[in-house]
Amino acid sequence: MNDPMLFLPLIPLLPLLGFLLNGVLGSRLPKALVSAIALIFPLASFALVARAAWMVHTGLALPVVEHDAPAWIVSGAMHIGFGLALDQLTLVMLLVITGVGFLIHLYSVGYMEHEAGYWRYFAYLNLFLFFMTTLVLAANFLLMFVGWEGVGLASYLLIGFYIDRKSAGDAGKKAFVVNRVGDFGFLIAIFLLLANFGTLNFSEIAAHLATPAALSGGTITLICLCLLLGATGKSAQIPLYIWLPDAMEGPTPVSALIHAATMVTAGVYMIARAHALFDLSPTALMVVAVIGAATAFFAATVAMVQTDIKRVLAYSTISQLGYMFLACGVGAYSAAVFHLMTHAFFKALLFLAAGSVIHGLSGEQDMRRMGGLRKEMPVTFWTMTAAVLAISGFFPFAGFFSKDAILAAAFEQGAAGKALWTVGLITALLTSFYMFRLWYMTFMGQSRARGHAQHEHGHEHDHKQAHAHESPWIMLTPLVILAALSVGGGWVGMERFGAFLAPVTGKAANAGDAHVELMLSVLAVLVAATGWFVAHSLYARSESRGATESLAGPRRVLENKYWIDELYIACVVRPIEWIARYVLGWIGELVLVRGSAWLLAGIAGLCGEWLRRWQSGNLRSYAAWLAAAAAVLLIFVLAGTLLGVGGFAQTLSWAVR
Amino acid sequence: MDNVILSLILLVPLAGAALVLLLPERGKIPAWIALLDSLFTFACTLHLPAHFVSGRGGFQFEENVLWLSHPRISYHLGVDGLSLWLVVLVGLLAPVGVLASWKSIQKNTKAFYSLFLLQQTAMVGVFVSLDLMLYYGFWELSLIPIAILTAMFGRNLSEASATKAALRFFLYTFIPSAPLLVALLWLYAHTGSFDYAALQAAIASGSLPGWQLGWVSVAFLLAFAVKVPVLGMHGWLADTFSEAPVAIAMIAAGKLGLYSLIRFHVELFPALAREAAPWMIGLAVAGILYGAMLALVQRDFWKLLSYATLSSLSFCTLGIYGFTLSGMNGALLQTVNEGLIGAALFLMLGVLYDSARSCQIASFGGAAHRAPRLAALFVIASLAMIGLPLLNGFVGEFLVLSGTFTGVGKGWATAAALGVILSAAYMLRLIQKIFLGEAETNSPRIRDLSWQETCTVGVLAMIMLAMGVMPTLWTSTMEPALQGVTQRFLTVDQAPVSAAYGAVTSASTGEPR
Repeated sequence: MNDPMLFLPLIPLLPLLGFLLNGVLGSRLPKALVSAIALIFPLASFALVARAAWMVHTGLALPVVEHDAPAWIVSGAMHIGFGLALDQLTLVMLLVITGVGFLIHLYSVGYMEHEAGYWRYFAYLNLFLFFMTTLVLAANFLLMFVGWEGVGLASYLLIGFYIDRKSAGDAGKKAFVVNRVGDFGFLIAIFLLLANFGTLNFSEIAAHLATPAALSGGTITLICLCLLLGATGKSAQIPLYIWLPDAMEGPTPVSALIHAATMVTAGVYMIARAHALFDLSPTALMVVAVIGAATAFFAATVAMVQTDIKRVLAYSTISQLGYMFLACGVGAYSAAVFHLMTHAFFKALLFLAAGSVIHGLSGEQDMRRMGGLRKEMPVTFWTMTAAVLAISGFFPFAGFFSKDAILAAAFEQGAAGKALWTVGLITALLTSFYMFRLWYMTFMGQSRARGHAQHEHGHEHDHKQAHAHESPWIMLTPLVILAALSVGGGWVGMERFGAFLAPVTGKAANAGDAHVELMLSVLAVLVAATGWFVAHSLYARSESRGATESLAGPRRVLENKYWIDELYIACVVRPIEWIARYVLGWIGELVLVRGSAWLLAGIAGLCGEWLRRWQSGNLRSYAAWLAAAAAVLLIFVLAGTLLGVGGFAQTLSWAVR
Repeated sequence: MDNVILSLILLVPLAGAALVLLLPERGKIPAWIALLDSLFTFACTLHLPAHFVSGRGGFQFEENVLWLSHPRISYHLGVDGLSLWLVVLVGLLAPVGVLASWKSIQKNTKAFYSLFLLQQTAMVGVFVSLDLMLYYGFWELSLIPIAILTAMFGRNLSEASATKAALRFFLYTFIPSAPLLVALLWLYAHTGSFDYAALQAAIASGSLPGWQLGWVSVAFLLAFAVKVPVLGMHGWLADTFSEAPVAIAMIAAGKLGLYSLIRFHVELFPALAREAAPWMIGLAVAGILYGAMLALVQRDFWKLLSYATLSSLSFCTLGIYGFTLSGMNGALLQTVNEGLIGAALFLMLGVLYDSARSCQIASFGGAAHRAPRLAALFVIASLAMIGLPLLNGFVGEFLVLSGTFTGVGKGWATAAALGVILSAAYMLRLIQKIFLGEAETNSPRIRDLSWQETCTVGVLAMIMLAMGVMPTLWTSTMEPALQGVTQRFLTVDQAPVSAAYGAVTSASTGEPR
């Protein structure tokens, strides 16, 4: 087992085995066995990762398996293999993916207990782990792309898990197609890399880049922007974020695992992984930072008015991913990964706690029909509180450290950095506001629950109690563990975390003035407190909730999410359909199909004339034409054998001339 | 064994066809004969990759018997890396086609299965003939069963539409075959040979009159381009897909034309093929987008499949005319892919069509409830089609696109890659409308795949996966042959290309010799 060749491939292959077992046999297996299969393989993967982490902790070298990997696509000089590599960055990602992933598998056993297609759900979930671990373990861009598209597939299957619902099918399709737009960018970047470097291996590309003047700046920028397009698709950034809110159609644990903790962070991972390229292109970095900041702010504004608890969290995820992009854009890759990790803890927790609430309310997702749940669901309430404090950035919760690191890194980047920092700070205010709004609306005040709701989850509990109930312990255990991580996950501190990642992402920029940093931290906490205060004054008591109605105009804009979906449909989807249906379908088909038929007939006529010179036939119809052709062939053969004259070829050549 | 295996592969289906005709049409007798016969043929085709020496250039398993001395026509067969897997593919698709017809063909089974087996002989013949007149015979022969079977066993209730489709296929494919014949005769008149290698040498020597040779190559190109079909020549495709029996429709497009393009256009007329390349590349890229966009708005799933096929076959054309090794490699792999994926999709849509008697996408919905196996396998085949990594479609598309990107132009490759987005959109739309949602009115009648069908499509799906994960098993045998093509192309690039250039320009200006 010490041979890295052996254990690295096992990390993705074990969940794959789980997928195959449950996917092929699951429908015939008892539920307990399905759960056991679904849990044991991710746990084994996690054990392997934990073992690797222990190796690192005790100072052993990290295995890199790149060169002797089995070949995948070979053509001419191009050689792409199934190379895997484990470094510090991958290790952090793997810990998050398999660790949080296992907890969410555990939670799902309780959450999905009554659902039809239980086995299918876990098969997909294991499949996701296979692709996600492949994505982060890949030693070259193309294998990374395998994971990249594969997690998209798993996401598609899980968003559309409730196959009865049209909205779920729509959302899954939208997610896949929008991601494909991003994947298109990724693919072009891969071709550019292949054309310019002749290799897709991370290590070889880095070596190429280390030599001075390897490539023109323009090419590098182009590669980076294409990669960025891919990243905006997977990580739901402007302009391709539109699929993530709809993706909430999937079961809530899926939202926690795929659409919050792991898959959507793949874009951040990709940029960090390709940082050697991005570092060479200030333009691309600036675009990354601006996209990140803009997305963070934009999504936070929309999150302020959403009433569906999962949608608030979805926009919050988009916003937090924006922070990570912002960090990448200012070159603070390790801060981005730090936030990625803490975000995985608290956002997974937020979703799982929201799922617990939804479960407890028999499928209700509308926060206007919640309230007062702190008594009925104490564990959910307290764990959720930890997560809310963490995401809002209160000291000493995990989110404080990572968000603080990002804002500090931005602040040190000159005038543009100050602007980005300001946007980040305002976003922090909004974040704190909408999270406490959610907190108050869900847990505080009086219950506003109606009889029985039917949303995602309610099919089985139709006539159960109208009042809430706390979830079973199999769901609460992951909540408690994640709550502990949300509280203490940041204590490792940016210093040590950055030093750990330094071999991969390079040394972070010199820390600024300690006093300034302290000031910034205090300011950030004050801002978060302000957000809490505003939320408190608006939502703590039910009667004051009307205060927001006075801002009806802006509110309407936000509730409609700036009409971006409508804009895309009007500007992209409809024109394509219109062109396809009318320009191509009517005019194109008419011209091409009819036109080519005429062309063929014309050519046939010409050839007829030609043939007629030596074969007197009166050719009136196509059918007769064929007969003639066959006859020609026959006569030709017969004549050749019968005559047996050597002069035949000459005769023929005379005839054709 | 090695020196009769190709004849065996040709004769076994022919003998099977004769046997079907001789034995009485009672119960499933013709179907069983066809199945056993095609399985035996498939086993024979597997002999080829098992004994193929992949490093050796040139043709293997050669058979060369002089058939007629005047004109000099030889029974000359042989296989190289280019045709090897296509022969195996035809061998595999024959039993698949028989199983796909098992339930849907109930009347005139004698006629159906004998023609079906005849068709198989013809297709194998096209791939293994090294004498151009022999090749032409098989080529013509391969068109006839498709037309007759489409007319006789049209899927729709109205007989007129089946006849119309058969006639259209007939017109589109027979007419360009006539200039092909003329062109062949012209070549014979000037070289005194129909032998592939001899003709290749004669054309490469540059001794043939230029402008006429240009027209000869155009005649070749046209006949093949219609059979692929290339954009603009696809008028027969949608009708044939809608009307022909599933077993016939799944083999009607793609491989014959694409193989012939490589073997008898690019390899035979390297200089002139380069002249045609810009046009073909333009048509290919346009075809990718055109087919994909039209597939997006179809209401009828056979039409959708036909436009999707046009789009994915255009990838092959793009790869061939990019003249890069990886492009050719991808094109050939994609030809095989398309055959496999198309067969799987046709079989499954055929089951849907037969059980619901409708091909309107809107009349379906929620079929996954009643047909879970069908739904799962359909999703897998669709994913292969839209190029999901680790399935075969991705490898082919990736090779074609990367070859195009480096060898032809970034713009062309980028435009072609847009097809990747669109393909996801139309296939997922199809999946959603047919399989997801609540059960619709038609769905009570929908049946799941039978165990034979599940096994058949399951095997196809496994091959898709194997080709996606270990494509080198296939490309390593394809590559040496294609290396020959691209190298010949490079050498021809030096001297005679200018002569050919002059020839084509003088031809296009209509200047006499």
